[in-house]
Amino acid sequence: MCSGNSEGYCAVVAGVSMGGVEALRVLLGGLPPDFPLPVIIVHHTRPDSASDLAHLLNASATVAVKEADEGERLESGTAYLAPPNYHLLVERDGTLAFSVDTPVNYARPSIDVLFESAADAFGPGLIGIILTGAGSDGSKGLKVVKDKGGLAIIQDPLDANTDSMPRSAIAAVTADHVLALAEIAPLLCALAGGDRRTGCRRLEEHRNG
Amino acid sequence: MGSCMRTQDIEGIEIGLLLDGIFRVYGYDFREYAEASLKRRLAQWLQKTGLGSFPEAQARVLHDRELFSGLLEGITVNVSAMFRDPQFFKALREEVVLHLKTYPFIKIWVAGCSAGEEVYSLAIVLCEEGLQGRYRIYGTDINEKVLRQAEEGIYSLERVQQFTQGYQKAGGKRDFSDYYTARYDYAIVSEKLRDNVVFASHNLTADAGIGEMQMVLCRNLLIYFKPALKERVLGLIDGCLPNGGFLCLGMKETLSDRVIAGRYTEMVRGKRIYRKQYV
Repeated sequence: MCSGNSEGYCAVVAGVSMGGVEALRVLLGGLPPDFPLPVIIVHHTRPDSASDLAHLLNASATVAVKEADEGERLESGTAYLAPPNYHLLVERDGTLAFSVDTPVNYARPSIDVLFESAADAFGPGLIGIILTGAGSDGSKGLKVVKDKGGLAIIQDPLDANTDSMPRSAIAAVTADHVLALAEIAPLLCALAGGDRRTGCRRLEEHRNG
Repeated sequence: MGSCMRTQDIEGIEIGLLLDGIFRVYGYDFREYAEASLKRRLAQWLQKTGLGSFPEAQARVLHDRELFSGLLEGITVNVSAMFRDPQFFKALREEVVLHLKTYPFIKIWVAGCSAGEEVYSLAIVLCEEGLQGRYRIYGTDINEKVLRQAEEGIYSLERVQQFTQGYQKAGGKRDFSDYYTARYDYAIVSEKLRDNVVFASHNLTADAGIGEMQMVLCRNLLIYFKPALKERVLGLIDGCLPNGGFLCLGMKETLSDRVIAGRYTEMVRGKRIYRKQYV
C-alpha cells in the first residue's frame, strides 16, 4: 500500500519497447490499487496489432489498466495505454489526445511525443520512466521532462531485456534513478506517497484548482 | 490553484497571440484546435523556418503571405494511406455497399481528404462492387497543396506497397496493380478511378456544408479539434446527411457525448460506421 497523503507528483509517464509486456506486468503489478497518480504508457506495437494488451495487463495488475480513449480525463490509480497506430498526448487540462501525425523515431505511438506533451502539462509534477527496448525513442522526451523540472527514472540496462533504449536515455539525460525493474514500483510508491513535501498536490486538486 | 499547474504558460500565450493574428489577417481559425498536437506541429514549422521564437514568427507571418502558406501546410497536413484501417474498408464493402446500391446515384464527401488516399480507396471499393458510373466522391481539404497532390494521384512506389497490403486485407478482389501505372519510383492512379472524383478546398472551421450526401467520411480529423469545434463540424456533416445516410469516423473517434449522437446508431460495431436514423 502507498501510505500517507500524496504530496509529490501529478502523473507518471512510461515508455517501453521490446520486452515490454513482461516489464509492464512487473511495473504495474507492483503498484497498489490506490496508487494516487495516473500512469500513461507508450508501448511500441505494430500498427495492425490488436489492442488487447490492456486486457492482458489488467488481469495481473491491481491498478486499473485500459487503452486510452480520446478526450478522456486522467484519473489516479489508472494506467492508460496508447492505442496502436496513434500518438498519445496529454493536454494541459489533464485530458488525453491522439494524433496520426507521421511516426517519430519510426514509432507511432512515440514515447517522445507523449513525454514532451506531458512535460508541458505537468512540468515538475511529472515522473518519466524509460524501460527495456530497442532504439532511442524516449531519450529526447525524457530530456524535456528533466528540463521542465520533472524526475527521470531509467531501467538499469543490465537488467533490461533489450538495453539500447535505456542506454540511449542514460546517454541523453542525467538520470535521477537507474534501477532494476523490480525496484521501480516501490520507488514510485514512495514518491507518490508524499516523500516530497513541497511538490504539487494530487491530480484532483490540480484539476479543481 | 494547485501547484502542479505550470506557473505560467508563456509559450502557450505566444502561440495564442500568433493564432489570433492569423485569424484576423488571413481568416484561418486554428484557435479551436487541440493544443498539444498543434503546438508540436507549430514547433516543427518554427524550427524549419529558422525563426527563433513564436513572437518573431508572428511579426513576420502577419506580413508575409508566403511564409503563412508554409505555416498552413505545416500545421494542416494530414497523414493518410490508401485502405488505412483495412477492417474499416472491409466493413464498408460487406455491410454498407448493399445499402448504397438502393440509391440511383450516390454522393460521398471525404472531409479532410489529404492527398486523396481515402477517396481513391473508396472509388476502388465502389467500382469492384458494381457501382461504377453511379457515384461521385467529393474530397475536400483546407490545404491547397495536398489537394493538388490528390488531383495528380501520384504516390511513391514505397507507399504503394503499403497500400497493396491494405487493399488485400480489406478484401480487395483484384490485383492492386490494376489501379495504377508505375513510372520510375512512382505510381499514377488509373483514369477510371479519377472519373467521378472532385477535389475542392473547404474549411471545416468556417465554411458551410456542401449539399446532400449519402455518406460522409471524416476520419482522424476530429481528434485534432477541441470539443466546441468537434460539435461544429459534426453539426455541419449532420446537415448534409438525410435519414439513412452514413457517417464514418476514425477508429478511435466516437459520437459519444456529442450533440448529434442521439440521431445515429453505430451500424457496424467498433468500426465507427454510423447511420442516421429514420425518424
